[in-house]
Amino acid sequence: MKIVVTSVFVDDQEKALSFYTGTLDFEKKTDVPAGAYRWLTVVSPGDANGVELLLEPDQHPAVGPFKTALVEDGIPYTSFRVEDVQAEYDRLQRAGVRFTQPPVAMGPVTTAVFDDTCGNLIQIAQMH
Amino acid sequence: MADLYEALAAPARRAILDALRERDGQTLFELCARLSMHYDLALTRQAVSQHLGLLEAVGLLTTRREGRYKYHHLDTTPLGAIVERWLSPSRSTRQEGET
Repeated sequence: MKIVVTSVFVDDQEKALSFYTGTLDFEKKTDVPAGAYRWLTVVSPGDANGVELLLEPDQHPAVGPFKTALVEDGIPYTSFRVEDVQAEYDRLQRAGVRFTQPPVAMGPVTTAVFDDTCGNLIQIAQMH
Repeated sequence: MADLYEALAAPARRAILDALRERDGQTLFELCARLSMHYDLALTRQAVSQHLGLLEAVGLLTTRREGRYKYHHLDTTPLGAIVERWLSPSRSTRQEGET
């Protein structure tokens, strides 16, 4: 088995695509109709054949309370690796992204946590 | 009603206060991460939550909701009573048993 796709629940696929590509700089990979929604994935820049992130509609009634509870406690839904967490923090803040945790050294990693505007907190982590 | 001295007696709760002095206004997630990495405290999220509740009950901690987020802040005001009682010269003549 191989991990090919992982997902994040978003409240609006079009808004999510805009944020994940326009602000976070991911690249759109697949965008096909799937019922009332789209099979919509993005990939890391320069890694078109890498793991895809599915921007999955959060329509199921269980998802809302789940996301709300995580966000209230500041818990990120998933984590992305970055080369320089301070530089990303500065860049994203200038772009108007809201952070709930600034870069904090946590032993082998330095992490920060931001709001993806689609109902999730996302952690970015720099390995040392 | 938990009292201030009981709140301060627990090393984990003192560590939480220290962590909030490192940076005031933290989410539960950030506090848990700091406690495990900076204070070598392996506490469950539930345990940290309980400690936070007790600290809030004695007034050493306040919580603030900002949109969908919840932040925790240090409030050292109750410590003033300790300083007043034992360190303030004007109160040095207090009788035993006074609070």
